[in-house]
Amino acid sequence: MSLQTDKREFNERTTDGIGNPFMRNAVSSAQDSLKTRRLTAAASLGDWEQWRTLGQQIRQHTLKHLDYYLGQLADNIEKKGGHIYFAKTKEEASDYIRDIIVKKKAKKIVKSKSMVTEEIEMNHVLMEAGCELIETDLGEYILQMDDWDPPSHIVAPALHKDRTQIQSVFTEKLGYTGDESPENLARFARTVLRQKFLEADVGITGCNFAVANLGAINLVTNEGNGDLTAAIPKTHIAVMGMERIVPTLEEMEVLDNLLCRSAVGQKLTSYISVIGPSASGETDGPEDFHLVVVDNGRSDILGSEFNEALQCIRCGACLNVCPVYRHIGGHAYGSIYPGPIGAVITPLLGGYDDYKELPFASSLCAACTDVCPVKIPLHEQLILHRQKIVKEKRTGAVERLQMKTAGRLLSSRVLFGKALRFANPASRLLSRHGRIVRGPELVRGWINTRDLSQPVKQQDSFRAWLDKRKGGAGQ
Amino acid sequence: MKVSIFSTCLVDLMTPNVGIAMVEVLERLGCEIDHPASQVCCGQPAYNSGYLEDSRLAMKNMMLAFEHSDYVVGPSGSCIAMFHEYPKIFKGDPNWELKAIALKEKAYEFTQFIVRVLGVTDVGASLEGTATYHRSCHMTRLLGERETPFQLLEQVQGLQLEPLKNSDNCCGFGGTFSVKMPEISGQMVDEKCGCVVDTGADILISADMGCLLNIGGRLSRKGEPVKIMHIAEVLNQQNTAAKGGSPT
Repeated sequence: MSLQTDKREFNERTTDGIGNPFMRNAVSSAQDSLKTRRLTAAASLGDWEQWRTLGQQIRQHTLKHLDYYLGQLADNIEKKGGHIYFAKTKEEASDYIRDIIVKKKAKKIVKSKSMVTEEIEMNHVLMEAGCELIETDLGEYILQMDDWDPPSHIVAPALHKDRTQIQSVFTEKLGYTGDESPENLARFARTVLRQKFLEADVGITGCNFAVANLGAINLVTNEGNGDLTAAIPKTHIAVMGMERIVPTLEEMEVLDNLLCRSAVGQKLTSYISVIGPSASGETDGPEDFHLVVVDNGRSDILGSEFNEALQCIRCGACLNVCPVYRHIGGHAYGSIYPGPIGAVITPLLGGYDDYKELPFASSLCAACTDVCPVKIPLHEQLILHRQKIVKEKRTGAVERLQMKTAGRLLSSRVLFGKALRFANPASRLLSRHGRIVRGPELVRGWINTRDLSQPVKQQDSFRAWLDKRKGGAGQ
Repeated sequence: MKVSIFSTCLVDLMTPNVGIAMVEVLERLGCEIDHPASQVCCGQPAYNSGYLEDSRLAMKNMMLAFEHSDYVVGPSGSCIAMFHEYPKIFKGDPNWELKAIALKEKAYEFTQFIVRVLGVTDVGASLEGTATYHRSCHMTRLLGERETPFQLLEQVQGLQLEPLKNSDNCCGFGGTFSVKMPEISGQMVDEKCGCVVDTGADILISADMGCLLNIGGRLSRKGEPVKIMHIAEVLNQQNTAAKGGSPT
């Protein structure tokens, strides 16, 4: 897997999503139930808005002093006998991980869910090196068994599948003979995965937050697979995006509270661990600990107009409220990062050549901005992207001309007045029974599914009414 | 109290009766109305599409048009929310930043003005019928106004309000989004129409004509008998049975 999950055109991917009733049903029911759960979990914290502000402040502070905290993290990890590696590119990151695996002569790898490892195409590199790699997050495991179907949600990667589809994947690929109940499916996967944990030479995890003053990482899971991945194999490699760091446990506590409530509507998840290199004399934990800090374009975002996107704590709450994601699903975004946050960060990481449509796949309803636990102004960042795309002349020439003309028209009463006089007679050519039935491309999408009445006649306009009134309230 | 009406380009072009209703209600509440002639559009369509430079012209025109107004009142949560964006857009611009802040501070959405400035919740309207209310995203989230339409509608005699399922979900209009991404927008408005029809209401009310044209246009295409009414039209009804207002 890489950042890009589907090379087809955006329109094709969207049509696919819209035409997938299984996925749409799964996504909309998840959105509906998560909304209630999230609100209840948020309310139980007291003043949610104050918590959001605190979350925002912590993230902004950390980003502002990122070099300091990364330095502190590196010192503390090395002091405890661990290794830290700063990878500028995705290739550097994957190569470093592969080199460790080769040095250890490791064949079997267990992995917990991690978006950044997908971003750096790590699975691909390791499998090419001849390793057996098993995803241990249940959702990721299902996707792996289903021929590496891409994830469609940041927190719930297999959200687009229903239980019948999962049952058939397990039956076909693993010889499962049970029914489609989630309990039995999960029990079956657990039995298979237990053995994999015990056999593994190396465990690779993501990292929800690195804790700078401890030289440790924080893992947040509901299945405990992250902890087993980190604890059982002799070597543990953790991979994090450069910005996923907190100063101390105190800030981690705030962010974990925001993360769990926003992501799954729980006060906390079942497993929240802080782990790192084993201190001398400790009998559990890995013998060898590596933390790979991935830049891969993040330092270009730092300090830019998109800086706030780096505040993201990957809770997926913006996906859970987005009406566009609701109807097209995660795969339509063509990136491992879907939804509103994906529409912001994917073009930053993957460029406009492949992703210039994503910032426009939003009605700017701001539900995402409203829900974000660390107050990223997501809809405003989408507008910023649009401004850059326009500036780079990546929108159509016709649209640019229309906007230029409209810009002039809408800023001058005289010109607009002339246009108004023209609008009704012109629209008559395109109308039948007072409804516009034909028209330029601009309105075609609308009138294919919706009625649109003609603009009013000049003499029926609001201004004409004002002018006619006795006493002349209008001007 | 002197009030400058911001009629919005949609009302100017498509639904003059909304502007008329707004003027009549405000006059009944004792306001002295004026309508600065040079106003056109808040600039939102171009701004939201990324055409910052093209949209600035429209914004500057609006700041000048309302420069001498005490209050600016418009029948659209979305367009008024756009005025609230001006200070951010013109931040640091020595010629325009102060004008932007001034406009933001005196600009109110129609229901917001009645409740929050005039302190009135009962405008003496009456309308027999069952209605449901669509919250527009920009009014709710960008302008941050969730209460005032309901405070006013609760006082309308004879009107029964039914709750709308998933009322916080966008109707799919989103200005140019609806024409740029018609397929996605179409799915969103379809779901919204389903929720509206499920309420069993005869009338769909909103404080934004953009959403109403979108939802109304789809309801009409599907042959659903639900009428759309802007809240100004509802508040301007007196002793009338529900028969709907704006053409869709």
